[in-house]
Amino acid sequence: MEKVLEVNRLKKYFPIKGLFFTKGYVKAVDDISFEIYKGETFGLVGESGCGKTTTGRTILRLIEPTSGEVIFKGKNVMELKGDELKQFRREAQIMFQDPYSSLNPRQTVFEIIMEPVRFHGIHVDDPEEFVIKLLESVGLNEMHLYRYPHEFSGGQRQRIALARLLALRPEFIVLDEPTSALDVSVQANILNTLKDLQQEFGFTYLFISHDLGVVKYMSHRMGVMYLGKLVEIGPADRIFENPLHPYTQFLLSAIPVPDPKLARELKAKRQKITGEPPSPINPPSGCRFHPRCPYAKDICNKEEPPLVEVEQDHYVACWLYSKA
Amino acid sequence: MPEPILQVRDLTVHFYTYAGIVKAIENVSFDVYKGETFALVGETGCGKSVTSRALTQLIESPGRIVNGEVIYHSEKGPIDLLKLSEEEIREIRGNEIAYIFQDPHASLDPLYTVGYQIAEAIEVHGKVKNIKEGIKKAVDILRAVLIPDPEKRVHNYPHELSGGMKQRIVIGTGIANNPRILIADEPTTALDVTVQAQILDLINSLKEKYHATVILITHNLGVVAETADRVAVMYAGKIVEIGSVEQIFKNPLHPYTKGLLKAVPNPMTKIERLEAIPGTVPNLITPPGGCRFHPRCPYAMEICKKKVPKLVEIEDGHFVACHIY
Repeated sequence: MEKVLEVNRLKKYFPIKGLFFTKGYVKAVDDISFEIYKGETFGLVGESGCGKTTTGRTILRLIEPTSGEVIFKGKNVMELKGDELKQFRREAQIMFQDPYSSLNPRQTVFEIIMEPVRFHGIHVDDPEEFVIKLLESVGLNEMHLYRYPHEFSGGQRQRIALARLLALRPEFIVLDEPTSALDVSVQANILNTLKDLQQEFGFTYLFISHDLGVVKYMSHRMGVMYLGKLVEIGPADRIFENPLHPYTQFLLSAIPVPDPKLARELKAKRQKITGEPPSPINPPSGCRFHPRCPYAKDICNKEEPPLVEVEQDHYVACWLYSKA
Repeated sequence: MPEPILQVRDLTVHFYTYAGIVKAIENVSFDVYKGETFALVGETGCGKSVTSRALTQLIESPGRIVNGEVIYHSEKGPIDLLKLSEEEIREIRGNEIAYIFQDPHASLDPLYTVGYQIAEAIEVHGKVKNIKEGIKKAVDILRAVLIPDPEKRVHNYPHELSGGMKQRIVIGTGIANNPRILIADEPTTALDVTVQAQILDLINSLKEKYHATVILITHNLGVVAETADRVAVMYAGKIVEIGSVEQIFKNPLHPYTKGLLKAVPNPMTKIERLEAIPGTVPNLITPPGGCRFHPRCPYAMEICKKKVPKLVEIEDGHFVACHIY
């Protein structure tokens, strides 16, 4: 399979500024590596503050990384300049979580969609028809052409944002919690549209979400993040069937399932893990999950576990699965 | 026969805005039984929060409770909560009927220690002589909501605590007076799943410990499946279906309930394609005539546009408001 994106040892530390000196760093993303293949959806899950959004934005260079590289179609994104960078910005797009702040309230839908097209100098014969076609592909129509964002519901705004990025014919799209501001009935619509578009145009997605049900539905492969680290990577079905990392097991057992009988059975079996994720400013030494882990051993607080392949394509960073 | 603790009849709340009268909830009726967890579910703007607030007259201008009764079976006998004066309802609210709201950051005052805020809730209802004594009691409450090191934490300010910890404090304030009814309005929506599981466990164990009745307001069907005994599904200001949690999930009757259940991706099963409900939630200034779901309903008939369906009992304890039945 063809790799579209390769992330190598990516790090992003945010400095905490004191009066004169930097007091420390928030290690939002700390040395993560993964790759995404053409036409697949790679899901990235984790709880708030685990670094999933920072990862998405750093990959697109919306935030400059502290170190590490991102190879997109054979070129290191972090070294791109001028026209090459502009080209990358067209080919790699992002869809944000909040449809209320990602659209300019003073522009009509037509202007919103045409602006990036003009910026990138893409020639369009009939702009109006071009925009109508795009609107239709995301479930809107020509009636909506000259309306303003405030006239639309949250779900419709997400569709406009989607039409805007489709206009550039991207290859790779970061979807950063695209449905978490929406109701479930509307969410299902948007998720289905995203899947249809992927089928039709062969898009590659990085799908960031905290909702495990949604990630399972959307992803081919996925990664689980905890405090800036990727703790498990593998095919989504495998991770849900056979979660290896104690944190993944805990996370999966914590989701309330929409089925009363099953939910109560699972609840009775649920591991009691107390506490909350520690601060990423001074993360725990060794494995970052060790203070909350029921299986923690001596080595866990001393050395960081490497990511090892336990079954085919299924990787985990945990001392239970590897020897020092 | 289960004994009702709260009987809501024809509760109607309107909001008088410049744009027009928003009919937030109309003729909402349901019973809550003693000792159960009763869930009100629905999507944004369906009126579930308004319903829960209207129970104790917590509706602020421009909103007004237009019609209805809320019969509360107190230890002294039944009272209509909507007929009480502001002072009388205050004796009950926060005392016999307490609330836990969604956003722990907004429900705590940043200028007071958490101990003070719990103590105040106890002192207002005359259960302790002064704040100092209340703070002593607050330590016990913090212990009850499983906050480590309660003697120290009682002197913390809200900003010194994490979101999960703050929500525990809010729950602590809620249970401070041993309420008979605890109304939890989206208590875990602002929290991560792992913390959510802890908070739901806590609410459950407190409910058992204090023999309280819980009214849970949520949009999360997973949370409902896991914690509720009975469920009422709301759509556009009306209750469309009421039943036991098994009835609602195993045998949903209303087309909206069916659609909602199919739209949620269940992480434990393989789903080829989610079924979406077409269209969006209607505007409540001019809601659709007849059944409010008819413009989005795949089974809509002529009558659905004209006549408002009534809640009818289809099987034991399972009610639905739909012309199909």
